[in-house]
Amino acid sequence: MNDVGQVCLWLLVALPVGVGGLLAAVRRADRVAVPISVATAAVMVGLSAVVAAARPAVAVPFVAGAEFALAVDGLAALMLPMLTVVTLLVLLAATGEIRASTARFHGVMLIFAVAAAVTAAAATLPALLLAWEIMGAASYALIGFQWRDDDRVSAGLTAFLTTRAADLGLYVAAAAALAGGAGLALADLSQSSPGWRHVIAAGILVAALGKAAQLPFSFWLSRAMAGPSAVSALLHSAAMVAMGGYLLLRVEPLLAATGWAGPVTTGLGAATALLLAAVAVAQRDLKQLLAASTAAQLGFVVMAAGAGTVAGGAVHLVAHAATKALLFLAAGVWLTALGAKQLAGLRGVVGRWQLVGWSATIGALALAGIAPLSLWATKDGVLTAVGEQSSWLYAAGLTASALSAAYAAKILVVIWPRVPADRRAQVQARFDEEQRGTRRVTAWQQVPLLPLAAGAAYAGLLALPPLAGTVGRAVGEPGKFHASARELVVSAVVALVVLLVVVARRRVPEPRWALRWLGLQAAASALVVRPTLRCANALARFDDRILDRGITGAARAVLAVSRRAGRFDDRILDRAVGRVSAGSLWVAQRAGRADDRWLDAAVEHLAAGMRRLGRLARRPQTGQLHQYYLQAVVVLLLGVVILVALG
Amino acid sequence: MIIFLPLVAGLVLAALPRLSDRTARWTWVAVTAVDLALIVGLWLRYDTPPPGALAFEEQAAWIPGVNSSYHLGVDGLSLPLVAMTAVIFLACAVYALRNRHRPRVQAALFLFLQSVSLGLFVAADLILFFVFFDLSIVGMYFVIAGWGHGDPGRSAMKFFLYTFLGSLALLVGFIGLYVAAEPHTFDMPTLAAATPLADRPLAGGLVLAAILLGLAVKTPTVPFHTWLPPAHTDAPAVGSAVLAGVLLKMGTYGLVRIAMPMLPQAWRAWAWVIIVVGVVSVLYGALVALAQTDLKRMIAYTSVNHMGYVVLAVGVGGLVAGDTAQARTVAVTGAVTQMVSHGLITAALFLLTGVLRDRAASYDMRSYGGLATTAPSFAALFAVGAFAGLGLPAFTGFIAEFQIFTGSVAAAPATAVAILGILITAALFLRALQRVFTGDTRGHSVGFTDLHPAEAWSVGSLLLLSLLFGVLPRPLLDVIEPAAAAVVDLVGR
Repeated sequence: MNDVGQVCLWLLVALPVGVGGLLAAVRRADRVAVPISVATAAVMVGLSAVVAAARPAVAVPFVAGAEFALAVDGLAALMLPMLTVVTLLVLLAATGEIRASTARFHGVMLIFAVAAAVTAAAATLPALLLAWEIMGAASYALIGFQWRDDDRVSAGLTAFLTTRAADLGLYVAAAAALAGGAGLALADLSQSSPGWRHVIAAGILVAALGKAAQLPFSFWLSRAMAGPSAVSALLHSAAMVAMGGYLLLRVEPLLAATGWAGPVTTGLGAATALLLAAVAVAQRDLKQLLAASTAAQLGFVVMAAGAGTVAGGAVHLVAHAATKALLFLAAGVWLTALGAKQLAGLRGVVGRWQLVGWSATIGALALAGIAPLSLWATKDGVLTAVGEQSSWLYAAGLTASALSAAYAAKILVVIWPRVPADRRAQVQARFDEEQRGTRRVTAWQQVPLLPLAAGAAYAGLLALPPLAGTVGRAVGEPGKFHASARELVVSAVVALVVLLVVVARRRVPEPRWALRWLGLQAAASALVVRPTLRCANALARFDDRILDRGITGAARAVLAVSRRAGRFDDRILDRAVGRVSAGSLWVAQRAGRADDRWLDAAVEHLAAGMRRLGRLARRPQTGQLHQYYLQAVVVLLLGVVILVALG
Repeated sequence: MIIFLPLVAGLVLAALPRLSDRTARWTWVAVTAVDLALIVGLWLRYDTPPPGALAFEEQAAWIPGVNSSYHLGVDGLSLPLVAMTAVIFLACAVYALRNRHRPRVQAALFLFLQSVSLGLFVAADLILFFVFFDLSIVGMYFVIAGWGHGDPGRSAMKFFLYTFLGSLALLVGFIGLYVAAEPHTFDMPTLAAATPLADRPLAGGLVLAAILLGLAVKTPTVPFHTWLPPAHTDAPAVGSAVLAGVLLKMGTYGLVRIAMPMLPQAWRAWAWVIIVVGVVSVLYGALVALAQTDLKRMIAYTSVNHMGYVVLAVGVGGLVAGDTAQARTVAVTGAVTQMVSHGLITAALFLLTGVLRDRAASYDMRSYGGLATTAPSFAALFAVGAFAGLGLPAFTGFIAEFQIFTGSVAAAPATAVAILGILITAALFLRALQRVFTGDTRGHSVGFTDLHPAEAWSVGSLLLLSLLFGVLPRPLLDVIEPAAAAVVDLVGR
């Protein structure tokens, strides 16, 4: 069984990568792209079911010091089927929205889906980081899918750079894990040496908060809404943003082991849940409202990780994925058909397409936390655990859930009431504001809404007995996960009251700070982006004007020195050499003259002397014997005299 | 054989003036392909040699008077670079199939450069290394001066003088090593085993400084990098690809092959200086690149950034303390991987920018826009190259940078500041992508011809290799890791 599981796990990774890569790379694949990609997604659903049951683990050597390891545990087994099912449904629904470059769209979506699946199943940091960053890149490519629009590409750039800035935390965490001595396996991180453990936890926390669009990173999600709605439905609700929360759930033991990370995480989650819910209430654009709501709902998951209820966070993640994918797809349907996403253009839209309207209504009610729909119960699972730790954070969480009822109600009071005939033109004037609407809704756009609506309605069962116990056991914390009855009643009443108040008043406050997403992007731009660019420009000027000129100057100085040397060479050395040679010539002439006058003369004299001596020497040679005898006697006598004198 | 095959072919090409251009171009492709095939064969038969030894060793007397021999061999540090060199030259040969400007001479010159580059990476003798080092400078001078554009004479001269000056410093260092060794020798394995100057910190430091200066100019690191942007901007595309892909590696290769094993004490003493130079190169290179409007200059500065990672990691290799041996090995493995990775990716990017020059004679990003409409293949390949360049996982850049960062930060936490480099490179590559390829089609983008097959194949295969080893890094890392561990051991002596 486990062999089958392993094969299925590898297939789950390899198949969509291969198909997605081919679709993205091969031009003119547009006609066959949709069936191929939907079939692949369907196979992925089957494979994810098998691996969720078989719980396989695989590992291969990867970089120095770490493996590429995937393991399907209880948490991943909960996540993977959700992921693949939402992917399949979103790809089906996208057929109505994406009509050009379908191969590129589906290819990148499949690659993204694999990256999300690998993130969910990753057992080591390199495997996680690999998938994590590919998710970010796919998000860039999908937000900027309509690349002729500069603004959309910029939005993708903002999203990618913001999340990558947070991702740097994972690089630091990987380094700290290597230094901490416990290895790069996610399950072992909590056992690394105490000092490094803090660094690992901080790094992972930053990366996860960035991906989950928590404070202070939330603004990228607002920009990401420039992408197609199908992309928002998958990436910015069910998968990528969700993976930020998921990572914190996965490393919950590490957060708990550090002591400080748990409370900090809960606090940041609560702050995001509260503030971004307020932001959502103030939005006038449906997609912006949903985006802010996503960040706020992920805040509950982050709180769960901090408070130590993995099951609560996981179940909330699943329920939220179904709910938000549903709402984004509905928003996409209206955007495609009417060209409108401002709430002012969506008045009374339920009347036009009933199925879409009703599905969206279920989604909105679930989002509001109305009993017995899903998010009501799952959120209370989280809040129960938070309440056991801090009543302040609990209060913040409860307020956030009240605000979620408010923004959900804001959607309902727009899409439901029939528009009076005299104001219809006013609404229609807002049509085709974003793009030219088709005024048509295909069956493929509507069918996926039904299973998602069912999920939005019933996923809450996972947080209630008896399923809650099963989930708790599956994620390894048996008996711990429950939503207290008091909490369930309180939150149901709060949600209902807020909903009714908003429906009765038909308006909510829209403060400017909330409408502008707390000014986060302006702050990031003023504090980070502009100073960096200014610094870059200054350094580039320094490089050109000072460093390069310095080098060129040095070269010039060398040239000048050599020119001087050349001049010195010409004027002094050369002249000196000239003088020397002239001098030597003069000396030579003198010498020549001296040679003639003195030396030659001396030689002549010598020769003359020699001749005279020769003549003298010839004189004794007379040829007469007696004279020779005489000479011999004289010589002998002389010899005797000398001997006697010496002796 | 592998080394001199291109040289011989180059000489033949140079000697046959009547050869048709077409034959010359295809001969060049064939020779580089054969050479690559031979190297692949070599790789398949390669077994990791014991530490300190080389595989496929060859030695013959050369200048016995100074104990310098013709000594060649490969190990885990050089084999990947040898293979990368052959790949890049093959890609350049294919890319240059469209060249109309004196192709026969160009082919001969590049074949000469290929021999020289391969020779440098397998040289096991300092004099041999130095000869190849200088010949590469000479070869590249002629490439830039002969086939460049803009102000090629000046750029080529600047390149030549600057790097040649650096090589003189290198020679001084080599002579210092020779003099210090007992018996005097230029043989690399002997010197690495003997570690001359081990007990003379001042002399060791000075010799290391001379060698580092020479290699830093070639690498280049801040502040010795200013020859690089003009050289790249004015060089032909294939010249830039070889310059960035192969020639820059000679500097960093020298660090792991010569400086670290032969002067371990000095290396340890000066490790922090090297690390600081590395970190400054990373951040400075990235920021200056971010400010560029000329695409080719921008990529040139990213080379400073990417080589900075290598310098940082090898610097960390010298921080011998406690139980960080594993982290340092990871860092040095990453450094060698980065050399290969940067070679493949930057060569691809430079070949791609050559297309801009070819079609519209401008690298100014502001004069393009919406190019993806008219040149979709070009846009797709550039996008892949940009993501590979910014270190996206599934490309070799990630494998390299991940190891460099984990190893470096684990051994020296302060180096974490260098990680910002990958954020800035992400920003600059994606901004460039956006400026040139997306938005409304305007400026030079109108009527732009998409990639020709020769261009697409050469660039595509480089990026495909980066992808292949990015997804399945083991074949590469299995070769590099033992050698990196050996270098770390040698430095730890």
